[in-house]
Amino acid sequence: MKNFGGQILFLDRSDINTDEIIPAKYLTEVERVAMGPHLLEDLKMEGFTHMSQPMKDSTVILSRDNFGCGSSREHAPWALEENGYTVVIAPNFARIFRGNMYNNGCMAIELKEEEIDEIFALSSGPETTGVSASVDVDAQTVSVKSSKGEKTYSFTLSSYDKDLVMAGGWLEYADAKY
Amino acid sequence: MGKTLVEKIFESHLVDNPCEGVHVLNLDRVFCHEITTPPAILDLKRRDKYRVFDPDKIKAVIDHVTPAKDSLTATQGKILRDWAKDMGIKDYFDIGRNGVCHAIFPEKGFVRPGFTVIMGDSHTCTHGAFGAFAAGVGTTDLEVGILKGICAFKSPETTKITITGTPAKGVYAKDVILSVIKMMTTNGVTNRVAEFRGDFVDNLGMDGRLTLCNMAVEMGATSGVCLPDMTTVEYLWPFIAGDYASKEEALADFAKWRSDDDAVYADERTIDISKLVPQVTDEYRPDVVKDITEMEGRELHQIYLGSCTNGRLEDLAIAAGILKGKKVADNVRMIVSPATPKIYSDALEAGYVKIFMDAGACLTNPTCGACLGMSNGVLAEGEAAAATTNRNFNGRMGKGGMVHLCSPATAAASAIEGKLTDPRRYM
Repeated sequence: MKNFGGQILFLDRSDINTDEIIPAKYLTEVERVAMGPHLLEDLKMEGFTHMSQPMKDSTVILSRDNFGCGSSREHAPWALEENGYTVVIAPNFARIFRGNMYNNGCMAIELKEEEIDEIFALSSGPETTGVSASVDVDAQTVSVKSSKGEKTYSFTLSSYDKDLVMAGGWLEYADAKY
Repeated sequence: MGKTLVEKIFESHLVDNPCEGVHVLNLDRVFCHEITTPPAILDLKRRDKYRVFDPDKIKAVIDHVTPAKDSLTATQGKILRDWAKDMGIKDYFDIGRNGVCHAIFPEKGFVRPGFTVIMGDSHTCTHGAFGAFAAGVGTTDLEVGILKGICAFKSPETTKITITGTPAKGVYAKDVILSVIKMMTTNGVTNRVAEFRGDFVDNLGMDGRLTLCNMAVEMGATSGVCLPDMTTVEYLWPFIAGDYASKEEALADFAKWRSDDDAVYADERTIDISKLVPQVTDEYRPDVVKDITEMEGRELHQIYLGSCTNGRLEDLAIAAGILKGKKVADNVRMIVSPATPKIYSDALEAGYVKIFMDAGACLTNPTCGACLGMSNGVLAEGEAAAATTNRNFNGRMGKGGMVHLCSPATAAASAIEGKLTDPRRYM
């Protein structure tokens, strides 16, 4: 199982799409390591600077509705993981992106809108530092820690998604079972 | 209690329920292209699992960047080409025979009612136009599909979208689906299937149904679907004539997949399109859709006619009808990319290619190319295009470029005036 937790990168916008996560022009690469430097390269958002220190130091993304919409490219979770991002937290996700995360043994965690609001309230934009999340897969909780203290949120995860996370992904799971 | 088309497909293809609400299904088709498949091929090699579950159920095409534009894309093509040969995949389409995946695979009759289809491409939902369950997936799903012929899906809830009315002059399937996306928003059908019903759909040909289903993913849908009927039978007849004694017999067989009258839907919407005018997107979201009358006069630099949404013969015919004897305005360039070699050849025979060339348009070979900003017509920073494609995200057709999604008619009229133009004046 992968490590799930670390500093949060705050991306306060809905519909962050796969073209923004990894632009199509890099899809000509066949190795996932090549995606790393281009994560979120085309994301236009106030206060966000590509590969700023907070972006480099974080390993969890917090965002809004429909994260990962658009293309089916698994290059998006690969680009995230190449930069240490194994967790994205949002109210909901585009189907293919969400599936791709779990298929890679990574996590796309859904929290309630008001809980997301509460965590965003701890941030001062994409350059925020010092707010971190740690995920307990078994307990299905995420604990958010900041200078203001710590709060734990529960999330639901199907036993299937949990099995994928434990196995390290769908290929490992399917190969053992089918 | 009745069942929807997709519930019937899930039931007939079920392999396992690893937990409640998750269904592992057998696959009838695994489609592959050169962007998302090579990482799967390389991974299978690394894992010492360089094999496929069934070479006859796998179909492959080089379409995104073709002919190769550089060493990287040449390598992607080579990996797919070598793999197709090694695995004995007979239905593999390379340069000269290749077309945009969601246009060439239907054209070859590879999709039938009741099929399960996956591809590492979000617009795989297109193939649901035949009454199939067709879902875009990532590379890992594709890899497991190639290896084992299975894929896992959540329960197939369906949103029934009933489209009624006769379209007015200048209004086509593209305008209708844009207005549906506006109604449903970009995630209004997420984790569900969009089932297109109503007299508008019943009267629509396969080209138009493919356009509708193609954009289902822009509302988040797993698959678009249309119920199989005589239109489906007629389209598939060249491929199924040996399997059935008559078209009526084929229709009766296909009917078993149609949603029951008492099927239960997660959501039901109705839209009357009889008063709809041509539609066009604004900004960088496919659900920001406006009447052409609000958008007329917007600055353009490029017109793009092609893609898996609107690069079929019917689309070229509509555009050619408007452009006949006219010129592309000096301030814009127009690119036409027929979606398959057969469409290109048919367009030549019908005289459309001559019309486009006389108008001053550039014809490219069939490719996805500019639609996703990979080749053959990428926009420069600050430029805008009227495009018959399906996605208008910021940077989609090139960094800093704006894409206005529209019908082939609106694209053609806009080419003549060199700005966003209401096509009804040219009809």
